[in-house]
Amino acid sequence: MSGTPKTGTNLEKRRRQARMFRFLCAAMTWLAVIVLAILLVHITKQGIKWVDLQFLTSFPSRFPDQAGIKSALVGTLWLIGLTALVSIPFGMASAIYLEEYAKRGKLSTFIQINIANLAGVPSIVYGMLGLVIFVRFFALGRSLIAGALTMSLLILPVIIIASREAIRAVPGSIRQAAYALGATRWQTVRDHVLPSALPGILTGVILALSRAIGETAPLVMIGALTYVAFLPEGPLDAFTALPIQIFNWASRPQEDFHSLAAGGIIVLLVVLLAMNASAILIRQKTQQGKQ
Amino acid sequence: MTQESKEQQTPTSATRPNVLEARDVTILYGDSPAVRNADLVIPEHQISSIIGPSGCGKSTLLRAFNRMNEFIPICSMKGSILYRGDDIYDQGVDPVEVRRRIGMVFQKPNPFPKSIFRNVAWGPAINGYEGDPRELVESALRSAALWDEVKDRLDSSALGLSGGQQQRLCIARALAMQPEVILMDEPCSALDPVSTAHIEDLLFALKKEYTIVIVTHNMQQAARVSDYTAFFETGVLIEYGETDQVFTRPAQKRTEEYVTGRFG
Amino acid sequence: MEDLAVKKGRKYREEGIRIGLFLCALVSVITTIGIIVVLARETISFFGVVPVHEFLFGLEWRPLLKPKSFGVLPLVCGTAMIVVGASLIALPLGLGSAIYLSEYASERVRNIIKPVLEILAGIPTVVYGYFALTFITPLIRSVLPETQVFNAASGAIVGGIMVHPMVASLCDDALQAVPNSLRTGAYALGATPLEVNVRVIVPAALSGILASFVLAMSRAIGETMAVTLASGATPKLTANPLESIQTMTAYIVQVSLGDTPAGTIEYQTIFAVGSLLFVITLAMNLLAHRILKRFQEVYE
Ligand SMILES: Nc1ncnc2c1ncn2[C@@H]1O[C@H](COP(=O)(O)OP(=O)(O)OP(=O)(O)O)[C@@H](O)[C@H]1O
Ligand SMILES: [Mg+2]
Repeated sequence: MSGTPKTGTNLEKRRRQARMFRFLCAAMTWLAVIVLAILLVHITKQGIKWVDLQFLTSFPSRFPDQAGIKSALVGTLWLIGLTALVSIPFGMASAIYLEEYAKRGKLSTFIQINIANLAGVPSIVYGMLGLVIFVRFFALGRSLIAGALTMSLLILPVIIIASREAIRAVPGSIRQAAYALGATRWQTVRDHVLPSALPGILTGVILALSRAIGETAPLVMIGALTYVAFLPEGPLDAFTALPIQIFNWASRPQEDFHSLAAGGIIVLLVVLLAMNASAILIRQKTQQGKQ
Repeated sequence: MTQESKEQQTPTSATRPNVLEARDVTILYGDSPAVRNADLVIPEHQISSIIGPSGCGKSTLLRAFNRMNEFIPICSMKGSILYRGDDIYDQGVDPVEVRRRIGMVFQKPNPFPKSIFRNVAWGPAINGYEGDPRELVESALRSAALWDEVKDRLDSSALGLSGGQQQRLCIARALAMQPEVILMDEPCSALDPVSTAHIEDLLFALKKEYTIVIVTHNMQQAARVSDYTAFFETGVLIEYGETDQVFTRPAQKRTEEYVTGRFG
Repeated sequence: MEDLAVKKGRKYREEGIRIGLFLCALVSVITTIGIIVVLARETISFFGVVPVHEFLFGLEWRPLLKPKSFGVLPLVCGTAMIVVGASLIALPLGLGSAIYLSEYASERVRNIIKPVLEILAGIPTVVYGYFALTFITPLIRSVLPETQVFNAASGAIVGGIMVHPMVASLCDDALQAVPNSLRTGAYALGATPLEVNVRVIVPAALSGILASFVLAMSRAIGETMAVTLASGATPKLTANPLESIQTMTAYIVQVSLGDTPAGTIEYQTIFAVGSLLFVITLAMNLLAHRILKRFQEVYE
């Protein structure tokens, strides 16, 4: 059809451009994989030499050889536990209200927009909120509970959004069946909607908690301590956390502390990995259950 | 003639009291009416069927009998529906109580994703049933002609049953509530002929204890199982009477056209 | 009639549960109100001392040392450098990856790339800060030796890496939402994949893509730990990415790491800067939602 040489070369050129474009897009995509690989290799190379039992069981120290992350690791576990205790019930309750109870009106639209916007507020702003409200106003001080409440507010939008999606995915026929048996709204939600939505909710919750584990700025704002040579024993105790410890080490000028920070990062990433692995396990388990 | 047809629209027999009665019922989705000024009585211990072309408002009317339309936000109703003489849309009436007495089986089987046992036992449990749940489950499953097929796997998931078995499980689930009325919206439309025959046999057996209202697309089914038949078209009740009469000597021309058109 | 009546106990229980759930849902509204009140209170006190125009248009930011000066522009400049740099990296890369994932990649490749993007998105920012400081900065300095230890470029690059997954996944969603009929129609006219993508698919998904760009920039503005670690604490009006700068977020961190008593003007500055940060990110998020809404209307 393209008898004239002109169209022929044109077609050739267009084809070449198309191939180049495809190659470019592919290169951009694989770059992400390369960057991740570099990041992981770099951190492992820097920090792996520190990660041993002594590192995990020692308090921080002025001397890199003796420094460890015991208090930070324990602090993080406390913080996440408390955050989960606060954020999961509130997040699930909000999602249930918005999906199952709220009339589709102005108020529910407003709450919805509000949640979407909260999800985009910089984490440091939550830190300022926590500082003024929890640390100062409620006089909780630089305690675990102040940190956990701040983190809870921070991840609440994520939990709500994920839970709503999971609840919405529950087929309406199940609700109809329950209502037709003379069930109340709450009985229907409690016995049928929630159990069906639970795997999805849990996955969202774990993702949100993973985010909380790595958040640093809000903890800096509420004044989590950077040097803690004791273990917190209750929610009102002062604490430090892994990201704070990492930040502290990384912001010192000495090389040794930098690589200590890398050691801390390895521990942090392992904790995150464990969380995400459990999310994947939950997903697989429930998918098997459905078959 | 008009006198006569009016008579036929409200078949009442001296011996059978009416369980349900729709009085001048109009149901709207937004502004568009799906059911218009319908008057209908459902006699006790009989099977009444509702027939009519697709979209004529059969399901809408059926759902009005146990207030299931309330879950559709744009749906509104005028007129009244009496259950044993009481208006179920009255201010003080709890729809939950209504639905306990007037059960429903849906077009597509919708068992809970739980064990067979839990499917049947859940309704009574949340409504404060105090007897032995195992007895109740067994008798409900027996009434639904499902017991022999599932008695050895009561704890396995209801989703593992065949479509026909699932639908009978849904019937058993409704029976376990010991309702007075069972509303069925095309209960056989998702089933094969064997399962359909199964359920039709079941309907005859259930008639002794329950009042049944069944929506169906299947003309033969209506003729086979029901004592009374109501024919709707575009939201209007065209004719209501004893099934024999509606199918063999319809009073209205539209009914005749519809019934014979499908029969031929 | 009696037995159809509403049972009092059950009604109260159901109503109680409904109210309880509603109150939980209100927490998010209260959070918003809390943020606004907390920021506004201190900011208003701050503006009692420092005039608004001096804050917004002043060219020098020296709140901690005398002579004090409260012009926020150097911090805004620092933030802008990070955002521009991060956008230059993340927007084209994100869109390119999205086009590849949505239009070219096999299911197998998608199954590799998607989790990688999720992992990249899930890595804590302090880790990226560390990476910038100990890997990217030395790399830049090996090429351009005049680069300072703390510099805007390093923060910008790592900021780009951080928001890239978000752009990629949002753009991917937008591209996937383009109806297939458009694709087949264009291919039927003999267009090459490049032409189909650039002239048909991307324009059709433009609103979603633009929204993702705006959201990514908003994220970069709020980014804190990486720029604090990598880009320094020197508020200055400069366009040189190789110099140390300070962003709005890094300033807030700097002050809160020290011991600044509440009620002082130094303490109030972080709320003034925080308010500015909040207003800018909120405006951008609202803009993104507005763009997306348009987009949905077009398809409905
Ligand atoms: N949820 C709804 N929202 C809006 N309109 C509806 C809704 N459900 C039904 N309708 C409308 O109301 C009318 C009656 O619907 P209905 O489902 O009662 O018909 P039907 O007789 O049961 O039909 P079919 O035999 O196909 O089941 C139809 O025109 C339908 O479009
Ligand atoms: Mg129907």
